Amino acid sequence: MMETAPPSWAMLSYLVSGVCFILALRGLSSPATSRRGNRFGMAGMALAVMTTLLLKAPVPAGDFLPQPTQADLVTLGQILAAIGFGGGIGFVTARKIKMTDMPQLVAAFHSLVGMAAVLVGWAAYLNPEAFGIAGADGIIHAQSRVEMGLGIAIGATTFSGSIIAFLKLAGKMSGSPIMIPARHVINLGTLLGIIGLVGYFTQDQGLWVIAVVTALSFLIGFLLIIPIGGADMPVVVSMLNSYSGWAAAAMGFTLHNTAMIITGALVGSSGAILSYIMCKAMNRSFLSVIAGGFGAAPEAGGGAAREQRPWKRGSAEDAAFLLKEAENVIIIPGYGMAVAQAQHVLREMGDQLKKHGVNVKYAIHPVAGRMPGHMNVLLAEANVPYDEVFELEDINGEFAQADVAFIIGANDVVNPAAKTDKSSPIYGMPVFDVDKAKTVMFIKRSMGGVGYAGVDNDVFYMDQTMMLLADAKKMVEDIIKALAH
Amino acid sequence: MDFISILSIFVLACFVGYYVVWSVTPALHTPLMAVTNAVSSVIVVGALIAAATSGLSASAGVSKWLGLGAVVLASVNIFGGFAVTARMLAMYKKKERAPSAAGAGSKAEGGKA
Repeated sequence: MMETAPPSWAMLSYLVSGVCFILALRGLSSPATSRRGNRFGMAGMALAVMTTLLLKAPVPAGDFLPQPTQADLVTLGQILAAIGFGGGIGFVTARKIKMTDMPQLVAAFHSLVGMAAVLVGWAAYLNPEAFGIAGADGIIHAQSRVEMGLGIAIGATTFSGSIIAFLKLAGKMSGSPIMIPARHVINLGTLLGIIGLVGYFTQDQGLWVIAVVTALSFLIGFLLIIPIGGADMPVVVSMLNSYSGWAAAAMGFTLHNTAMIITGALVGSSGAILSYIMCKAMNRSFLSVIAGGFGAAPEAGGGAAREQRPWKRGSAEDAAFLLKEAENVIIIPGYGMAVAQAQHVLREMGDQLKKHGVNVKYAIHPVAGRMPGHMNVLLAEANVPYDEVFELEDINGEFAQADVAFIIGANDVVNPAAKTDKSSPIYGMPVFDVDKAKTVMFIKRSMGGVGYAGVDNDVFYMDQTMMLLADAKKMVEDIIKALAH
Repeated sequence: MDFISILSIFVLACFVGYYVVWSVTPALHTPLMAVTNAVSSVIVVGALIAAATSGLSASAGVSKWLGLGAVVLASVNIFGGFAVTARMLAMYKKKERAPSAAGAGSKAEGGKA
């Protein structure tokens, strides 16, 4: 079959489905409209799938309805089985997953998009006639080869990168960076190799070219993510999100499909913007994150600060007493809260305090947790109303009026060294001004551990700081008990 | 469609994406990632094209099975992505307006408009 443009009804419905995806993202501008947005997304996807299936069904000239043959029905059965099988797995996983495990779920999903792009690219390479990208002689158009090559390369990078990110996030692999010697040279060489081969692919349609591109791209995804530490995971997850979009866009170019191109561009820019927001919130450049190695061994320079300094330990009863007497309390949750699964008891504590007439607010740093917005989801899960939850810049001015800053599972995001100590690895990162609060309560497992950045925190040693050393969930439960008295 | 028209759509969609995503509230960044992940599975369109064609050559046969494999992967994402997004979004609730024990902390009930 020669290249024939899809009928205009199909083009139109792909366009409509692209618009549905734009509306899906648009809906997320506020929680109130978000659910409708998600339904737009589903409708767009359903439309895209139906259109494609109808497009492939044989319609005799002059007839309106398709007249499938026996073979078509078998194919349809296979496709529906594939959708049912995959959809079933996806649906069950989505229902069962714990909210704290969301970062690794998203990473795993990204890897699937990447792999799907690789498979589609290969399928198009092996059967170019079906995709309408080959000339009469069965030779694939040079331009299509470039698009296909790029799609496969980005897809494969997304796949292997996301697998590593998944393993690190799920704790199945050490979160600390693994440094391969001369990795920058290796990475750059691999990247140039991929680009060169994609260029060469326009000259030689040989199987080996595309096979080597695929292999090198799997390799570079792996190499790129392996040296990146746990603290930078929010950037990595966003970046892979972006890649999965570009992979879809590249495939859209190959297939001349507007729905795929619009979606790819949306997802690609979405991930890129999230990466930018995350980098900015850590005052790191995107390149330094990619270079990796952050959060490796504690800096030797921190040695002086690590000397024994006096600090005060508080009990749950002390904390409860002060909290009850307070007028304004700001709670700062971090990844430690997620690990301890303390979000539900934390909300209960907030409710108790409200009964005592305390004004309770939650403050969330953009990089709290392991992916953008992670803490917001956990608090929402625990039924904390979203209008009690504030972003860094909206609440940072209020610490001066706060009686208690209650830090649970966060560390680096309240470290004043980010403002004062130029030698600190987190210098320049925007942090909460907890030192302005009258009292700081800091829940922490022990005094030994440090944050992901591996730096000591002056907040521990301030006069107004009360260290609450225990498991976060246990401590909050004890405070709730003490509040009841 | 010629390359320039496709490129035009792509470039304009990038701009749309840029402005739409900046308008997403940071509180919904996790659902944003989940839903973008679900919609990027629109790559299923390519997978369906491959899966729906039966060719005579051996490579067309392989292509078909690769397509079916991609349909499975993309379907995991589509159903999983939308379902998990819906589950998350259902959790975001506004403060109840019911008169709770307001009393001393009258400011506490102020909230944000």
